[in-house]
Amino acid sequence: MTPGPAYALAYAGLWLVLIASAILAITFGPAHISASDVWAVVLHHLGWGDSPVSRLRDAIVWELRLPRVLAAIGIGSGLALSGTVMQVLTRNPLADPYLLGLSSGAALGAVIFLLAGAALLMPLGAFVGSLTALALALLIARLLGGATPSRAILAGICIAALASAMTSLLIFWSATGDSYREILSWLMGSLSGTTWADTGLVGLGLVLCAPAILFSGRGLDAFAFGDAAATGLGIDIARLRWTLLAATALLTGVMVAIGGAIGFVGLVVPHAVRLAVGSRHRVLLPMSMLVGGIFMLWTDTAARSLFDPRELPVGIVTALVGAPAFLLILLRYRRVT
Amino acid sequence: MTGLVISGAEVRAGQKAILAGVSLSAEKGTVTGLLGPNGAGKSTLILAALGLVPLAAGRVTFEGAELPGMRPADRARLCAYVEQAATTAERLTVRDVVALGRVPFQSAWQAAPSERDEELVATTLAELGMAAFANRLYHTLSGGEQQRVQIARALAQEPRLLLLDEPTSHLDIRAQLMVLETLRRRADSGCMVLVALHDLNLASRYCDRLVILDAGRVAAEGPPADVLDPALLRAVYGVHATIAQLPDTPAPLVIYDRPAVEDDSAAKYD
Repeated sequence: MTPGPAYALAYAGLWLVLIASAILAITFGPAHISASDVWAVVLHHLGWGDSPVSRLRDAIVWELRLPRVLAAIGIGSGLALSGTVMQVLTRNPLADPYLLGLSSGAALGAVIFLLAGAALLMPLGAFVGSLTALALALLIARLLGGATPSRAILAGICIAALASAMTSLLIFWSATGDSYREILSWLMGSLSGTTWADTGLVGLGLVLCAPAILFSGRGLDAFAFGDAAATGLGIDIARLRWTLLAATALLTGVMVAIGGAIGFVGLVVPHAVRLAVGSRHRVLLPMSMLVGGIFMLWTDTAARSLFDPRELPVGIVTALVGAPAFLLILLRYRRVT
Repeated sequence: MTGLVISGAEVRAGQKAILAGVSLSAEKGTVTGLLGPNGAGKSTLILAALGLVPLAAGRVTFEGAELPGMRPADRARLCAYVEQAATTAERLTVRDVVALGRVPFQSAWQAAPSERDEELVATTLAELGMAAFANRLYHTLSGGEQQRVQIARALAQEPRLLLLDEPTSHLDIRAQLMVLETLRRRADSGCMVLVALHDLNLASRYCDRLVILDAGRVAAEGPPADVLDPALLRAVYGVHATIAQLPDTPAPLVIYDRPAVEDDSAAKYD
């Protein structure tokens, strides 16, 4: 049950891949910057030594690429974590972080703020929108006679459809030229123009929400056989479910606000990791975070550099990579079982 | 102090009473068989005792403490529950599933099971003849194998009270006997076992006392030799049966004959 050294090795390996990927990804782009220069710039800003490169290149590393790379890692790990939790809580393997209308609500909020001329406040609009959608979904579930997971999902589908229709209506009536393009890129998910403030918010979301989830591994394990079995194993299921739902909603709300509705990360990554290490959540949750971060980092790097100087919304890349990957996972599941 | 005491337990679904005032008591170190036809309320009684189905009236206590109102964490260290069929969409090995039995004893900070946990997992798997399956994925096992894994999981909880809902329903004869021998051994070492069963002869052979439920009420209660009689079996189960007594065993043997026809069911209200 605890091949401790094997998992320690896997963790260490994934951390190494993550750090190496981050440095490598920062060297990618129109301005050629070597990996050792990246190190030196980062160390310089952390207070060690001098920057070996021009101020322009220093700014490219420190102001443009590094915050974006860190935000991508944070968003990927957050979405993978949320997706894993949603799949367990709803006992639905197709669940993703946006299940309860979070992404549609976020889109509506973002579009309203954008069309109202407050483009800079779009993340705030998205955050407010996603939490409003969640609150409405839970309220409806309650009115239906108790907020059970299946009622919450059904209410979420209803809210999502309504919010999407209103978003389409707003775009259809009011959006023109630039704002249309901006909305579209946001709807597909994009990390272009990420600042340190955005990265900071992603980090804050993770620091606030991830510990509550990571320390619930034991409870999530007990959920494997449903509510009655979990209660029989001593889990206060109502408390655990609402704690985790609140944590994932807040986390997803932050991620959607910064990166837009990036699909497939929260669906594919948990399944891939589960296939490799099984469903013991004390292993699965941290591994999913690491793999989600690495996945998102590389898809975002591809999104910004494949068709340089044009940039793709990263949501297109995650879907292009994620959908076939999901198919492969499904085939592999069939072979194993 | 006495073991399990259920007094006046009532459970309703809308207007319908699923349990209509069930009372029973069982001592520690005994196996009590919960019998009765489908829909008699056996599963509901077990769930209500655990607080998983709300009681409309009545009390359930174990060693003097209210069982349904207890904190789930405290209750899980006291008693273990085995459902009729437990399925999962998760990818867990047999060892992982049995290790769930140690969850009530672990803290959130504990990253992995302790050595003692692993030892218990190994011994309970062996006790149920499932040691060779330890690394198999749970969802690839047959229904009977899954049932034995769930029983091993419950034993790994080291319960003082063990509640099992038809734990032998998917098992072949040998496995049924192995499971009941295991329950018997646990009872002999002080555990209180309440087990819902369909097989009257297994119940007669392995249980100290039988409680026969019919339509949410206790139809009969007592040692197998007192409870199992042809009139009761006709009234509760709607079957004609003969009770035989083998020479070297005190347990009566039920020999089924044929289902009672509609008119016979009037006997129920004699």
